[in-house]
Amino acid sequence: MATAEATAGDIGAMAGYNEAVVRQFTIAATFWGVVGFTVGVLIALQLAFPVLNFDLEWFSFGRLRPVHTSAVVFAFGGNVLLGTSFYVVQRTCRAPLFGGPTLAGFVFWGYQIFIVMAALGYVLGVTQSKEYAEPEWFVDLWLTIVWVAYLVIFLGTLMIRREPHIYVANWFYLAFIVTVAVLHLVNAAAVPVSFTGAKSYTLWSGVQDALTQWWYGHNAVGFFLTAGFLGIMYYFVPKQVNRPIYSYRLSIVHFWSLIFLYIWAGPHHLHYTALPDWAQTLGMTFSVILWMPSWGGMINGLMTLSGAWHKLRTDPILKLLVTSIAFYGMSTFEGPVMSIKAVNSLSHYTDWTVGHVHSGALGWVAFVSFGAIYYLVPKLWNRERLYSIRLVNTHFWIATIGIVFYITAMWVSGIMQGLMWRTYDALGFLEYSFVETVEAMHPYYLIRALGGILFLIGSLIMVYNLWQTARGRIRDEKPFGMPA
Amino acid sequence: MFIKHSTIEKKPLLLLVLIIITISIGGLVEIVPLYTVETTIERVEGVRPYTPLEQMGRNIYTREGCYLCHSQMIRPFRDEVERYGHYSLAAESMYDHPFQWGSKRTGPDLARVGGKYSNEWHVTHMIDPRSVVPESIMPGYPFMMRELDADDVEAHLETLRIVGVPYSDDMVLNAAIDMAAQADPEADHEPLLARYPKAVVGDFDGDPSRLTEMDALVAYMQMLGTLVDFADVQPADLTQ
Repeated sequence: MATAEATAGDIGAMAGYNEAVVRQFTIAATFWGVVGFTVGVLIALQLAFPVLNFDLEWFSFGRLRPVHTSAVVFAFGGNVLLGTSFYVVQRTCRAPLFGGPTLAGFVFWGYQIFIVMAALGYVLGVTQSKEYAEPEWFVDLWLTIVWVAYLVIFLGTLMIRREPHIYVANWFYLAFIVTVAVLHLVNAAAVPVSFTGAKSYTLWSGVQDALTQWWYGHNAVGFFLTAGFLGIMYYFVPKQVNRPIYSYRLSIVHFWSLIFLYIWAGPHHLHYTALPDWAQTLGMTFSVILWMPSWGGMINGLMTLSGAWHKLRTDPILKLLVTSIAFYGMSTFEGPVMSIKAVNSLSHYTDWTVGHVHSGALGWVAFVSFGAIYYLVPKLWNRERLYSIRLVNTHFWIATIGIVFYITAMWVSGIMQGLMWRTYDALGFLEYSFVETVEAMHPYYLIRALGGILFLIGSLIMVYNLWQTARGRIRDEKPFGMPA
Repeated sequence: MFIKHSTIEKKPLLLLVLIIITISIGGLVEIVPLYTVETTIERVEGVRPYTPLEQMGRNIYTREGCYLCHSQMIRPFRDEVERYGHYSLAAESMYDHPFQWGSKRTGPDLARVGGKYSNEWHVTHMIDPRSVVPESIMPGYPFMMRELDADDVEAHLETLRIVGVPYSDDMVLNAAIDMAAQADPEADHEPLLARYPKAVVGDFDGDPSRLTEMDALVAYMQMLGTLVDFADVQPADLTQ
């Protein structure tokens, strides 16, 4: 096995797989990850110290927040998804990418251009101002072209495969690609004021626009940040632990139920709003049911370690992957709880939501991505192993502590603010003015920023480790997990 | 069920089609009725398209990402109604492209901020929030005292008409005149008020010589949530 692992890169080259583009995506993902985490730390500090907005229009929280969310979701997460999907689809189909290096190169550079256009737009105030769908009409059109090329490559590779079956990871990748296309096309529909100007008006308005947006928004979570990353789990976890997936039947059941149910969950972002009550209740019901297929995926991932749990002692990459599945389980339990109207009446509009998103984004999405990247880099650069296994462990612990700081601070501040808003004094008046609740947030904003800084430091350790690996260095260190 | 799953696993196009069908159902069932069920929008009087100046102010509101910290959606809870006013109606955002209900209250809800503070307070607050609210964490927006760039205001109204806002020919034709008149205390406001009842007029930014982004933004803030007169509304009108 050790020899097979060491020559994996050669196998790829011999089979004619396009690994150059996967290397490009890996570099881009790492780069955008650091950018996205850095902007996150900056805007977290802006909330604690508003002077950091500097009264400059390009530097205000309102313009930088979409830079942060798009950089981590679409730039970091997106590059991880595109890169790993190209790696996985070639190996599980035993076929090179359909369309050849040119089309794959177009998707890579086209996607980077999309990211740069979107981010520059936000800073300059060019935005559709719909959360996680901020790019204006011309950027949306460009992304559509790139995305169709991506779908053509992926589907084409499935068609020319030399394996009888399509591997389960690819079902998830395909669902992610096609659903994101549908969501994007409907939600971003807009009419430009002029074809030479950036400004457009969305086709939908008011209550219909609100549900269309959260149908999009929740499924950006469901398909971009979940289905796609489950594809990563289904390939990289079995590979890293060297065991088959726990249950084939569970894969089928949880795949179809997950993609069917997720789409319904959008209205839970609009509880007690002017959205008609029937839609809210429907959204809540499906959100609670969604707990089941989510945990189906978690169980399938965790149980793959059956008989191999001891590997966690010696393999920090596996530790990242397993912790990511644990965070996935935690946030997919927290989500249904928060979608219950009575809970949501407290949690909505508060930091609790922000904490929930980050336990998913940092704990699940980023950790499973880090695991996949650590797995990939030695193979893609044809190295025997990573520069340092011990540094992976350091990264793991610093990042985990960062996440814990982050989400606990947001739980406390969110629940506290929600309670302060609804507190009455003995005479029946509201106890707190709004700004008193803002003031009370300050210590938690500091703790949250500290959590973010730790997470960022962890990612910089990863960059150093990967850089040394790509250079072919191997750190002189005691084997990890062995008694000293 | 009727076909073996192993068949689906061997036919990429079949897999693709089944995925598309599976993910389409929920969205169709939830979103389409919002267009077909007439009671989705409450039957209330007073909601009108934004004046050209208000719409320009709204565009600044969206440009700066105000929605990331301020909601415009009051929920029907005792504390929210006491803090902000009557709970928000779907009718009140029916001409909003895009909607700006928001999802986070780092700052207070703004759905009914109209008329609650003076123009001077808004301008001072926008330029330096901590000069009026010392504990505020809002960014300052001193750059909004620059000229409003709205030479193409007619084109904006025409585009909004394409996406469904009922601007009349008269409104589009007079867009530039209405925009200037709303921020000019000396102008004849009658035609503007005939086209856009309840529009707040006056010099918003304290500098009558220039039409600034601040004029537009404050004009927008001052009308938020003021169009529906709830004294005239019957509970039956509000059922969805």
